[in-house]
Amino acid sequence: MIEELLVARDVSYQYTARRGVEPVSVLRRFSVSLTEGEFFCLLGPSGCGKTTVLNLMAGFLEPAGGTLTLAGRPIRGPGVDRTVVFQGDDALFNWLRTIDNVAFGLRMQGMSKERRHAVAREYLHLVHLDGQENKYPGELSGGMKQRVQIARVLASDPKMLLMDEPFGALDAQTRGRMQSELVEIWRKTGKTIVFITHDITEAVLLADRVGVMTKGPESRLGAIIPVDLPRPRRRSTPGFGEMWEHINALIENEEAAGHD
Amino acid sequence: MTEVSPARPDRPADVSTPAPRLPLGWIKRDHLIYLASVAGLIVLWHVIATTFFKPQFFPPPLVVLATGREMLESGELMEHVNISLQRILAGFLIGSAIAAPVGLLMGYIPIVRAIFDPYVQFFRFVPSLAWLTPVVIWFGIGETPKILIIVYTTIFIVLINTMVGVSHIAPNKLRAAACLGAGPIQAFLFVTLPAALPFILTGMRLAMGNSFATVISAEMIAADSGLGYLIFNSRLWMATDKIFIGIVCLGALGLTADRFFRYLIVRFAHQYGPIE
Ligand SMILES: Nc1ncnc2c1ncn2[C@@H]1O[C@H](COP(=O)(O)OP(=O)(O)OP(=O)(O)O)[C@@H](O)[C@H]1O
Ligand SMILES: [Mg+2]
Repeated sequence: MIEELLVARDVSYQYTARRGVEPVSVLRRFSVSLTEGEFFCLLGPSGCGKTTVLNLMAGFLEPAGGTLTLAGRPIRGPGVDRTVVFQGDDALFNWLRTIDNVAFGLRMQGMSKERRHAVAREYLHLVHLDGQENKYPGELSGGMKQRVQIARVLASDPKMLLMDEPFGALDAQTRGRMQSELVEIWRKTGKTIVFITHDITEAVLLADRVGVMTKGPESRLGAIIPVDLPRPRRRSTPGFGEMWEHINALIENEEAAGHD
Repeated sequence: MTEVSPARPDRPADVSTPAPRLPLGWIKRDHLIYLASVAGLIVLWHVIATTFFKPQFFPPPLVVLATGREMLESGELMEHVNISLQRILAGFLIGSAIAAPVGLLMGYIPIVRAIFDPYVQFFRFVPSLAWLTPVVIWFGIGETPKILIIVYTTIFIVLINTMVGVSHIAPNKLRAAACLGAGPIQAFLFVTLPAALPFILTGMRLAMGNSFATVISAEMIAADSGLGYLIFNSRLWMATDKIFIGIVCLGALGLTADRFFRYLIVRFAHQYGPIE
Protein backbone atom coordinates (compact mmCIF):
# COMPACT_ATOMS: atom_id res chain seq x y z
CA MET A 1 0.00 0.00 0.00
CA ILE A 2 1.37 3.36 -0.96
CA GLU A 3 0.92 6.05 1.65
CA GLU A 4 1.74 9.68 2.00
CA LEU A 5 4.54 9.82 4.51
CA LEU A 6 5.77 13.38 4.64
CA VAL A 7 3.60 16.23 3.47
CA ALA A 8 4.61 19.88 3.25
CA ARG A 9 1.69 22.19 2.56
CA ASP A 10 2.22 25.85 1.64
CA VAL A 11 5.31 26.08 3.77
CA SER A 12 6.99 29.45 4.04
CA TYR A 13 10.18 30.28 5.81
CA GLN A 14 12.25 33.37 6.39
CA TYR A 15 15.57 33.92 8.05
CA THR A 16 15.32 36.75 10.50
CA ALA A 17 18.68 38.21 9.74
CA ARG A 18 20.82 40.66 11.68
CA ARG A 19 19.38 43.89 12.93
CA GLY A 20 19.11 46.47 10.18
CA VAL A 21 18.93 43.80 7.48
CA GLU A 22 15.64 42.90 5.88
CA PRO A 23 14.56 39.33 6.63
CA VAL A 24 14.91 37.08 3.58
CA SER A 25 11.86 35.15 2.57
CA VAL A 26 13.51 31.93 1.40
CA LEU A 27 10.48 29.71 0.86
CA ARG A 28 6.94 30.66 -0.07
CA ARG A 29 4.09 28.24 -0.63
CA PHE A 30 6.44 25.29 -0.83
CA SER A 31 4.41 22.10 -1.14
CA VAL A 32 5.39 18.51 -1.67
CA SER A 33 4.00 15.15 -0.74
CA LEU A 34 6.36 12.21 -0.32
CA THR A 35 5.08 8.68 -0.47
CA GLU A 36 6.42 5.99 1.76
CA GLY A 37 9.44 4.21 0.34
CA GLU A 38 10.10 6.60 -2.51
CA PHE A 39 13.40 8.03 -3.62
CA PHE A 40 12.88 11.76 -4.05
CA CYS A 41 15.55 14.03 -5.48
CA LEU A 42 15.46 17.74 -4.91
CA LEU A 43 17.16 19.85 -7.55
CA GLY A 44 17.59 23.58 -7.59
CA PRO A 45 20.06 26.39 -8.10
CA SER A 46 22.53 27.17 -5.33
CA GLY A 47 21.03 29.24 -2.54
CA CYS A 48 17.41 28.58 -3.47
CA GLY A 49 16.61 26.94 -0.15
CA LYS A 50 17.18 23.19 -0.53
CA THR A 51 19.03 22.86 2.77
CA THR A 52 16.32 24.94 4.40
CA VAL A 53 13.67 22.51 3.15
CA LEU A 54 15.66 19.62 4.57
CA ASN A 55 16.09 21.36 7.91
CA LEU A 56 12.34 21.92 8.06
CA MET A 57 11.66 18.26 7.28
CA ALA A 58 14.20 17.21 9.89
CA GLY A 59 12.50 19.43 12.43
CA PHE A 60 15.50 21.67 13.05
CA LEU A 61 13.54 24.70 11.86
CA GLU A 62 9.90 25.64 12.28
CA PRO A 63 7.96 26.94 9.29
CA ALA A 64 6.76 30.53 9.44
CA GLY A 65 3.59 29.46 7.68
CA GLY A 66 2.00 26.30 6.34
CA THR A 67 2.26 22.80 7.77
CA LEU A 68 4.65 19.87 7.70
CA THR A 69 3.31 16.50 8.70
CA LEU A 70 4.86 13.09 9.05
CA ALA A 71 2.41 10.21 8.75
CA GLY A 72 -0.36 12.67 9.43
CA ARG A 73 1.20 14.21 12.55
CA PRO A 74 2.76 17.66 12.59
CA ILE A 75 6.56 17.59 12.74
CA ARG A 76 7.73 18.94 16.07
CA GLY A 77 11.47 18.82 16.41
CA PRO A 78 13.95 16.23 15.22
CA GLY A 79 13.34 12.51 15.56
CA VAL A 80 15.25 9.27 15.14
CA ASP A 81 12.89 8.31 12.33
CA ARG A 82 14.51 10.99 10.10
CA THR A 83 18.28 11.22 10.12
CA VAL A 84 20.27 13.72 8.15
CA VAL A 85 23.45 13.54 6.11
CA PHE A 86 24.62 17.12 6.38
CA GLN A 87 26.16 19.25 3.69
CA GLY A 88 29.75 19.96 4.69
CA ASP A 89 31.83 18.18 7.27
CA ASP A 90 31.13 20.02 10.51
CA ALA A 91 28.52 17.51 11.63
CA LEU A 92 30.98 14.75 12.53
CA PHE A 93 32.15 14.49 16.12
CA ASN A 94 35.82 15.26 15.69
CA TRP A 95 36.78 13.96 19.15
CA LEU A 96 35.44 10.50 18.36
CA ARG A 97 37.12 7.87 16.24
CA THR A 98 35.40 6.95 12.99
CA ILE A 99 33.87 3.85 14.51
CA ASP A 100 32.41 5.76 17.45
CA ASN A 101 31.00 8.38 15.11
CA VAL A 102 29.18 5.64 13.25
CA ALA A 103 28.10 3.97 16.50
CA PHE A 104 26.85 7.21 18.09
CA GLY A 105 23.17 6.60 17.39
CA LEU A 106 23.42 3.04 18.71
CA ARG A 107 25.10 4.33 21.84
CA MET A 108 22.18 6.68 22.37
CA GLN A 109 19.92 3.63 22.20
CA GLY A 110 21.96 2.05 24.98
CA MET A 111 23.53 -0.72 22.91
CA SER A 112 26.64 -2.30 24.42
CA LYS A 113 30.00 -1.18 23.11
CA GLU A 114 30.84 -4.54 21.64
CA ARG A 115 27.59 -4.85 19.74
CA ARG A 116 27.49 -1.31 18.45
CA HIS A 117 31.08 -1.57 17.24
CA ALA A 118 30.20 -4.75 15.39
CA VAL A 119 27.29 -3.02 13.68
CA ALA A 120 29.37 0.08 12.97
CA ARG A 121 32.04 -2.08 11.35
CA GLU A 122 29.47 -3.54 8.97
CA TYR A 123 28.41 -0.10 7.83
CA LEU A 124 31.98 1.09 7.51
CA HIS A 125 32.53 -1.88 5.27
CA LEU A 126 29.47 -0.92 3.25
CA VAL A 127 30.89 2.53 2.55
CA HIS A 128 34.33 1.08 1.85
CA LEU A 129 36.04 2.46 4.91
CA ASP A 130 37.45 -0.79 6.26
CA GLY A 131 40.60 -0.18 8.22
CA GLN A 132 39.72 3.44 9.01
CA GLU A 133 37.82 2.71 12.23
CA ASN A 134 40.42 4.18 14.56
CA LYS A 135 41.09 7.39 12.71
CA TYR A 136 39.68 10.70 13.84
CA PRO A 137 37.61 12.75 11.36
CA GLY A 138 40.44 15.28 11.14
CA GLU A 139 42.58 12.55 9.61
CA LEU A 140 40.11 11.72 6.82
CA SER A 141 39.64 13.25 3.40
CA GLY A 142 36.47 15.15 2.51
CA GLY A 143 34.98 12.21 0.65
CA MET A 144 35.83 9.81 3.46
CA LYS A 145 34.15 12.09 5.99
CA GLN A 146 31.04 12.15 3.85
CA ARG A 147 31.03 8.36 3.80
CA VAL A 148 31.38 8.28 7.60
CA GLN A 149 28.27 10.45 7.77
CA ILE A 150 26.41 8.07 5.48
CA ALA A 151 27.47 5.05 7.55
CA ARG A 152 26.42 6.91 10.69
CA VAL A 153 22.86 7.54 9.55
CA LEU A 154 22.47 4.05 8.10
CA ALA A 155 23.67 2.45 11.34
CA SER A 156 20.86 4.02 13.33
CA ASP A 157 18.36 2.57 10.82
CA PRO A 158 15.89 5.44 10.38
CA LYS A 159 12.72 5.29 8.37
CA MET A 160 13.69 8.31 6.35
CA LEU A 161 17.05 9.50 5.10
CA LEU A 162 17.47 13.21 4.48
CA MET A 163 20.63 13.64 2.44
CA ASP A 164 22.10 17.02 1.59
CA GLU A 165 24.42 16.65 -1.41
CA PRO A 166 26.02 13.61 0.16
CA PHE A 167 28.18 12.75 -2.84
CA GLY A 168 29.18 16.27 -3.78
CA ALA A 169 32.72 15.88 -2.47
CA LEU A 170 33.45 12.48 -3.98
CA ASP A 171 35.49 11.64 -7.05
CA ALA A 172 33.53 10.32 -10.04
CA GLN A 173 34.41 6.69 -9.37
CA THR A 174 33.56 6.64 -5.69
CA ARG A 175 30.47 8.65 -6.42
CA GLY A 176 29.30 6.11 -8.98
CA ARG A 177 29.87 3.27 -6.56
CA MET A 178 28.15 5.08 -3.70
CA GLN A 179 25.18 5.82 -5.95
CA SER A 180 24.68 2.13 -6.75
CA GLU A 181 25.28 1.25 -3.13
CA LEU A 182 22.64 3.70 -1.98
CA VAL A 183 20.09 2.43 -4.50
CA GLU A 184 20.84 -1.09 -3.30
CA ILE A 185 20.34 -0.12 0.35
CA TRP A 186 17.16 1.71 -0.53
CA ARG A 187 15.85 -1.28 -2.47
CA LYS A 188 16.61 -3.68 0.37
CA THR A 189 15.38 -1.57 3.26
CA GLY A 190 12.48 0.31 1.74
CA LYS A 191 13.56 3.56 3.33
CA THR A 192 12.16 6.85 2.14
CA ILE A 193 14.93 9.06 0.84
CA VAL A 194 15.07 12.78 0.20
CA PHE A 195 18.23 13.47 -1.70
CA ILE A 196 19.49 16.95 -2.55
CA THR A 197 21.77 17.33 -5.52
CA HIS A 198 22.98 19.83 -8.09
CA ASP A 199 23.63 17.13 -10.58
CA ILE A 200 20.85 16.25 -13.05
CA THR A 201 22.56 13.01 -14.03
CA GLU A 202 22.67 11.93 -10.40
CA ALA A 203 18.99 12.76 -9.96
CA VAL A 204 17.99 10.76 -13.03
CA LEU A 205 20.11 7.81 -11.91
CA LEU A 206 18.61 7.68 -8.45
CA ALA A 207 15.16 9.17 -8.24
CA ASP A 208 11.62 7.90 -8.50
CA ARG A 209 10.65 11.54 -8.76
CA VAL A 210 12.65 14.69 -9.21
CA GLY A 211 11.45 17.94 -7.68
CA VAL A 212 12.83 21.12 -9.21
CA MET A 213 12.83 24.17 -7.00
CA THR A 214 12.46 27.65 -8.43
CA LYS A 215 15.14 30.25 -8.01
CA GLY A 216 15.06 32.05 -4.68
CA PRO A 217 14.04 34.14 -2.90
CA GLU A 218 10.49 32.93 -2.29
CA SER A 219 11.34 29.59 -3.80
CA ARG A 220 8.84 26.78 -4.18
CA LEU A 221 8.64 23.47 -5.95
CA GLY A 222 8.35 24.46 -9.62
CA ALA A 223 7.84 21.01 -11.08
CA ILE A 224 7.83 17.36 -10.16
CA ILE A 225 9.03 14.93 -12.79
CA PRO A 226 8.44 11.20 -12.34
CA VAL A 227 11.44 9.22 -13.58
CA ASP A 228 9.98 5.94 -14.75
CA LEU A 229 13.12 4.43 -16.19
CA PRO A 230 13.80 0.77 -15.36
CA ARG A 231 16.35 -0.02 -12.62
CA PRO A 232 19.21 -0.62 -12.30
CA ARG A 233 19.89 2.50 -14.33
CA ARG A 234 22.95 3.50 -16.22
CA ARG A 235 23.65 6.51 -18.35
CA SER A 236 23.09 4.26 -21.35
CA THR A 237 19.63 3.16 -20.19
CA PRO A 238 17.14 3.93 -23.00
CA GLY A 239 15.33 7.16 -22.24
CA PHE A 240 18.05 8.44 -19.90
CA GLY A 241 19.23 11.17 -22.23
CA GLU A 242 15.69 12.38 -22.97
CA MET A 243 14.89 12.53 -19.27
CA TRP A 244 18.09 14.50 -18.66
CA GLU A 245 17.20 16.95 -21.44
CA HIS A 246 13.66 17.30 -20.16
CA ILE A 247 14.78 18.24 -16.64
CA ASN A 248 17.55 20.46 -17.93
CA ALA A 249 15.07 22.34 -20.11
CA LEU A 250 12.80 22.87 -17.10
CA ILE A 251 15.66 24.32 -15.10
CA GLU A 252 16.76 26.55 -17.96
CA ASN A 253 13.20 27.79 -18.47
CA GLU A 254 13.00 28.50 -14.78
CA GLU A 255 16.19 30.51 -14.93
CA ALA A 256 15.01 32.44 -17.96
CA ALA A 257 11.69 33.12 -16.22
CA GLY A 258 13.55 34.33 -13.16
CA HIS A 259 15.28 37.03 -15.16
CA ASP A 260 12.28 39.09 -16.14
CA MET B 1 74.78 19.28 11.95
CA THR B 2 72.78 18.44 15.01
CA GLU B 3 69.59 18.39 13.02
CA VAL B 4 67.79 15.07 13.00
CA SER B 5 65.13 15.37 10.37
CA PRO B 6 63.15 12.57 8.79
CA ALA B 7 64.46 11.38 5.46
CA ARG B 8 64.07 14.13 2.90
CA PRO B 9 63.50 13.50 -0.77
CA ASP B 10 66.74 15.25 -1.69
CA ARG B 11 68.67 12.90 0.54
CA PRO B 12 67.41 9.45 -0.31
CA ALA B 13 70.47 7.88 1.30
CA ASP B 14 68.96 8.58 4.70
CA VAL B 15 66.38 5.90 4.14
CA SER B 16 68.80 3.03 3.87
CA THR B 17 71.79 4.21 5.90
CA PRO B 18 70.83 5.70 9.23
CA ALA B 19 72.63 8.98 9.90
CA PRO B 20 75.44 8.62 12.42
CA ARG B 21 74.10 9.62 15.82
CA LEU B 22 75.90 12.61 17.17
CA PRO B 23 76.26 12.96 20.91
CA LEU B 24 73.31 15.07 22.04
CA GLY B 25 71.86 14.40 18.62
CA TRP B 26 68.36 14.91 19.97
CA ILE B 27 68.95 18.64 20.27
CA LYS B 28 67.10 20.35 17.45
CA ARG B 29 68.01 23.64 15.88
CA ASP B 30 65.04 25.28 17.59
CA HIS B 31 66.40 24.23 20.97
CA LEU B 32 69.72 25.85 20.19
CA ILE B 33 68.07 29.09 19.20
CA TYR B 34 66.06 28.96 22.40
CA LEU B 35 69.19 28.48 24.50
CA ALA B 36 71.04 31.21 22.65
CA SER B 37 68.16 33.57 23.22
CA VAL B 38 68.11 32.86 26.96
CA ALA B 39 71.89 33.26 27.16
CA GLY B 40 71.57 36.54 25.26
CA LEU B 41 69.10 37.89 27.79
CA ILE B 42 71.39 36.99 30.69
CA VAL B 43 74.34 38.69 29.02
CA LEU B 44 72.21 41.77 28.34
CA TRP B 45 71.09 41.76 31.97
CA HIS B 46 74.71 41.61 33.09
CA VAL B 47 75.84 44.41 30.81
CA ILE B 48 73.00 46.77 31.72
CA ALA B 49 73.24 46.03 35.45
CA THR B 50 77.01 46.53 35.65
CA THR B 51 77.21 49.57 33.34
CA PHE B 52 74.31 51.71 34.45
CA PHE B 53 73.40 50.75 38.01
CA LYS B 54 74.81 50.19 41.45
CA PRO B 55 74.60 46.50 42.34
CA GLN B 56 72.12 47.16 45.16
CA PHE B 57 69.74 48.81 42.68
CA PHE B 58 70.05 46.27 39.89
CA PRO B 59 71.96 43.15 40.89
CA PRO B 60 73.83 41.44 38.03
CA PRO B 61 73.09 37.78 37.32
CA LEU B 62 76.08 36.40 39.22
CA VAL B 63 75.09 38.20 42.41
CA VAL B 64 71.56 36.89 42.08
CA LEU B 65 72.91 33.42 41.48
CA ALA B 66 75.02 33.59 44.65
CA THR B 67 72.05 34.81 46.70
CA GLY B 68 69.95 32.09 45.17
CA ARG B 69 72.42 29.41 46.22
CA GLU B 70 72.50 30.78 49.76
CA MET B 71 68.73 30.76 49.97
CA LEU B 72 68.59 27.24 48.58
CA GLU B 73 71.11 25.98 51.11
CA SER B 74 69.29 27.58 54.01
CA GLY B 75 66.03 26.08 52.77
CA GLU B 76 64.46 29.53 52.63
CA LEU B 77 63.83 29.45 48.88
CA MET B 78 62.13 26.08 48.71
CA GLU B 79 59.87 27.06 51.57
CA HIS B 80 58.64 30.08 49.63
CA VAL B 81 58.35 28.14 46.39
CA ASN B 82 56.42 25.30 47.99
CA ILE B 83 53.89 27.45 49.75
CA SER B 84 53.29 29.55 46.65
CA LEU B 85 52.86 26.50 44.46
CA GLN B 86 50.37 25.06 46.91
CA ARG B 87 48.32 28.25 46.89
CA ILE B 88 48.45 28.48 43.10
CA LEU B 89 47.44 24.88 42.65
CA ALA B 90 44.59 25.02 45.16
CA GLY B 91 43.23 28.29 43.76
CA PHE B 92 43.63 27.20 40.17
CA LEU B 93 41.96 23.84 40.68
CA ILE B 94 39.07 25.15 42.77
CA GLY B 95 38.53 28.03 40.34
CA SER B 96 38.52 25.73 37.32
CA ALA B 97 36.24 23.23 39.03
CA ILE B 98 33.69 25.98 39.61
CA ALA B 99 34.09 27.83 36.32
CA ALA B 100 34.02 24.95 33.82
CA PRO B 101 30.61 23.53 34.81
CA VAL B 102 29.07 26.96 35.31
CA GLY B 103 30.46 28.12 31.96
CA LEU B 104 29.12 25.01 30.22
CA LEU B 105 25.67 25.47 31.71
CA MET B 106 25.71 29.18 30.92
CA GLY B 107 26.56 28.39 27.34
CA TYR B 108 23.99 25.61 27.05
CA ILE B 109 20.96 26.89 28.98
CA PRO B 110 19.82 30.46 28.21
CA ILE B 111 18.17 30.92 31.61
CA VAL B 112 21.39 30.05 33.42
CA ARG B 113 23.24 32.50 31.23
CA ALA B 114 20.68 35.21 31.90
CA ILE B 115 21.10 34.68 35.63
CA PHE B 116 24.88 34.68 35.80
CA ASP B 117 25.85 36.93 32.94
CA PRO B 118 25.45 40.25 34.80
CA TYR B 119 27.78 39.07 37.57
CA VAL B 120 30.35 37.77 35.15
CA GLN B 121 30.29 40.88 32.99
CA PHE B 122 30.58 43.14 36.04
CA PHE B 123 33.14 41.38 38.20
CA ARG B 124 35.52 40.37 35.48
CA PHE B 125 36.53 44.03 35.28
CA VAL B 126 37.28 44.19 38.99
CA PRO B 127 40.86 43.00 39.50
CA SER B 128 41.60 40.68 42.38
CA LEU B 129 43.83 43.30 43.99
CA ALA B 130 40.75 45.40 44.69
CA TRP B 131 39.42 42.63 46.92
CA LEU B 132 42.51 42.30 49.11
CA THR B 133 41.27 44.34 52.05
CA PRO B 134 37.69 43.09 52.21
CA VAL B 135 38.84 39.50 51.81
CA VAL B 136 41.24 39.84 54.73
CA ILE B 137 38.55 41.48 56.85
CA TRP B 138 36.15 38.65 56.09
CA PHE B 139 38.44 35.65 56.18
CA GLY B 140 41.33 36.65 58.39
CA ILE B 141 44.95 36.10 57.48
CA GLY B 142 45.09 32.33 57.05
CA GLU B 143 45.41 30.49 53.75
CA THR B 144 41.78 31.11 52.77
CA PRO B 145 42.06 34.71 51.52
CA LYS B 146 45.16 33.97 49.45
CA ILE B 147 43.57 30.99 47.78
CA LEU B 148 40.33 32.89 47.26
CA ILE B 149 42.13 35.63 45.37
CA ILE B 150 43.55 33.06 42.96
CA VAL B 151 40.19 31.28 42.66
CA TYR B 152 38.65 34.63 41.78
CA THR B 153 41.11 35.32 38.97
CA THR B 154 40.86 31.78 37.62
CA ILE B 155 37.08 31.70 37.53
CA PHE B 156 36.60 34.48 35.00
CA ILE B 157 39.24 33.30 32.59
CA VAL B 158 38.04 29.69 32.55
CA LEU B 159 34.38 30.66 32.55
CA ILE B 160 34.58 33.02 29.60
CA ASN B 161 36.68 30.59 27.57
CA THR B 162 34.23 27.80 28.31
CA MET B 163 31.29 29.91 27.17
CA VAL B 164 33.12 30.80 23.97
CA GLY B 165 33.73 27.08 23.47
CA VAL B 166 30.06 26.25 23.81
CA SER B 167 29.03 29.03 21.44
CA HIS B 168 31.52 27.78 18.85
CA ILE B 169 29.98 24.34 18.52
CA ALA B 170 28.74 23.87 14.97
CA PRO B 171 24.92 23.75 15.08
CA ASN B 172 25.07 20.74 12.75
CA LYS B 173 26.79 18.71 15.47
CA LEU B 174 23.95 19.27 17.89
CA ARG B 175 21.43 18.65 15.12
CA ALA B 176 23.16 15.41 14.17
CA ALA B 177 23.11 14.30 17.79
CA ALA B 178 19.41 15.15 18.05
CA CYS B 179 18.40 13.13 15.02
CA LEU B 180 20.60 10.25 16.17
CA GLY B 181 18.46 10.09 19.29
CA ALA B 182 20.34 12.19 21.84
CA GLY B 183 18.11 14.00 24.31
CA PRO B 184 19.17 17.33 25.81
CA ILE B 185 21.20 15.75 28.62
CA GLN B 186 22.94 13.30 26.29
CA ALA B 187 23.66 16.07 23.81
CA PHE B 188 25.19 18.07 26.64
CA LEU B 189 27.35 15.20 27.89
CA PHE B 190 28.34 13.70 24.55
CA VAL B 191 28.54 16.76 22.31
CA THR B 192 28.68 20.06 24.18
CA LEU B 193 31.17 18.91 26.79
CA PRO B 194 33.71 17.26 24.50
CA ALA B 195 33.36 19.95 21.85
CA ALA B 196 34.04 22.67 24.41
CA LEU B 197 36.88 20.80 26.07
CA PRO B 198 39.73 22.35 24.05
CA PHE B 199 38.42 25.79 25.00
CA ILE B 200 38.12 24.80 28.66
CA LEU B 201 41.68 23.48 28.66
CA THR B 202 42.95 26.60 26.90
CA GLY B 203 41.15 28.73 29.48
CA MET B 204 42.74 26.67 32.25
CA ARG B 205 46.11 27.10 30.70
CA LEU B 206 45.70 30.87 30.56
CA ALA B 207 44.36 30.89 34.11
CA MET B 208 47.34 28.88 35.30
CA GLY B 209 49.67 31.53 33.92
CA ASN B 210 47.57 34.22 35.56
CA SER B 211 47.68 32.42 38.88
CA PHE B 212 51.44 32.91 38.94
CA ALA B 213 50.94 36.61 38.49
CA THR B 214 48.15 36.76 41.03
CA VAL B 215 50.05 34.93 43.76
CA ILE B 216 51.99 38.17 44.31
CA SER B 217 48.88 40.10 45.22
CA ALA B 218 47.48 37.14 47.14
CA GLU B 219 50.63 37.02 49.25
CA MET B 220 50.62 40.72 49.84
CA ILE B 221 47.81 39.93 52.29
CA ALA B 222 49.60 39.65 55.57
CA ALA B 223 51.54 36.64 54.45
CA ASP B 224 54.83 35.60 55.99
CA SER B 225 55.78 33.14 53.31
CA GLY B 226 55.61 32.56 49.56
CA LEU B 227 57.33 34.13 46.59
CA GLY B 228 54.99 37.10 46.70
CA TYR B 229 55.95 37.71 50.30
CA LEU B 230 59.62 37.33 49.40
CA ILE B 231 59.36 39.93 46.66
CA PHE B 232 57.16 42.31 48.56
CA ASN B 233 59.01 42.05 51.86
CA SER B 234 62.50 42.35 50.39
CA ARG B 235 61.77 45.90 49.31
CA LEU B 236 61.79 46.92 52.98
CA TRP B 237 65.56 46.51 53.20
CA MET B 238 66.36 47.00 49.55
CA ALA B 239 67.27 43.35 49.03
CA THR B 240 66.96 43.64 45.27
CA ASP B 241 68.85 40.40 44.77
CA LYS B 242 66.11 38.53 46.65
CA ILE B 243 63.46 40.33 44.62
CA PHE B 244 65.16 39.08 41.48
CA ILE B 245 65.26 35.56 42.86
CA GLY B 246 61.51 35.81 43.35
CA ILE B 247 61.02 37.15 39.84
CA VAL B 248 63.16 34.48 38.23
CA CYS B 249 61.42 31.72 40.20
CA LEU B 250 57.95 32.95 39.27
CA GLY B 251 58.86 33.09 35.60
CA ALA B 252 60.59 29.74 35.57
CA LEU B 253 57.87 27.97 37.55
CA GLY B 254 55.14 29.52 35.44
CA LEU B 255 56.88 28.49 32.27
CA THR B 256 57.43 24.95 33.52
CA ALA B 257 53.83 24.63 34.65
CA ASP B 258 52.61 25.90 31.30
CA ARG B 259 54.80 23.47 29.35
CA PHE B 260 53.64 20.65 31.58
CA PHE B 261 49.98 21.57 31.10
CA ARG B 262 50.47 21.81 27.38
CA TYR B 263 52.12 18.40 27.38
CA LEU B 264 49.13 16.94 29.21
CA ILE B 265 46.75 18.47 26.68
CA VAL B 266 48.70 17.16 23.70
CA ARG B 267 49.14 13.77 25.33
CA PHE B 268 45.62 13.14 26.54
CA ALA B 269 43.28 15.48 24.68
CA HIS B 270 44.78 15.86 21.21
CA GLN B 271 41.72 14.40 19.53
CA TYR B 272 39.44 17.05 20.98
CA GLY B 273 40.89 19.69 18.74
CA PRO B 274 43.98 21.60 17.83
CA ILE B 275 45.79 23.25 20.70
CA GLU B 276 47.62 26.44 19.69
N1 LIG C 1 21.32 30.94 8.98
C1 LIG C 1 20.95 31.74 7.97
N2 LIG C 1 20.73 33.05 8.19
C2 LIG C 1 20.35 33.87 7.20
N3 LIG C 1 20.16 33.48 5.94
C3 LIG C 1 20.36 32.18 5.64
C4 LIG C 1 20.78 31.25 6.65
N4 LIG C 1 20.91 30.04 6.06
C5 LIG C 1 20.60 30.21 4.76
N5 LIG C 1 20.28 31.49 4.51
C6 LIG C 1 19.85 32.03 3.20
O1 LIG C 1 18.76 31.26 2.77
C7 LIG C 1 18.88 30.95 1.39
C8 LIG C 1 18.76 29.46 1.18
O2 LIG C 1 19.81 28.80 1.81
P1 LIG C 1 20.01 27.23 1.69
O3 LIG C 1 21.20 26.88 2.48
O4 LIG C 1 18.75 26.55 2.05
O5 LIG C 1 20.31 27.07 0.13
P2 LIG C 1 20.67 25.75 -0.71
O6 LIG C 1 19.64 25.62 -1.77
O7 LIG C 1 20.88 24.60 0.19
O8 LIG C 1 22.03 26.19 -1.39
P3 LIG C 1 23.29 25.25 -1.80
O9 LIG C 1 22.86 24.49 -3.02
O10 LIG C 1 24.35 26.23 -2.14
O11 LIG C 1 23.61 24.37 -0.66
C9 LIG C 1 20.19 31.52 0.92
O12 LIG C 1 19.93 32.65 0.17
C10 LIG C 1 20.94 31.88 2.17
O13 LIG C 1 21.61 33.10 1.99
MG1 LIG D 1 22.51 23.52 0.75
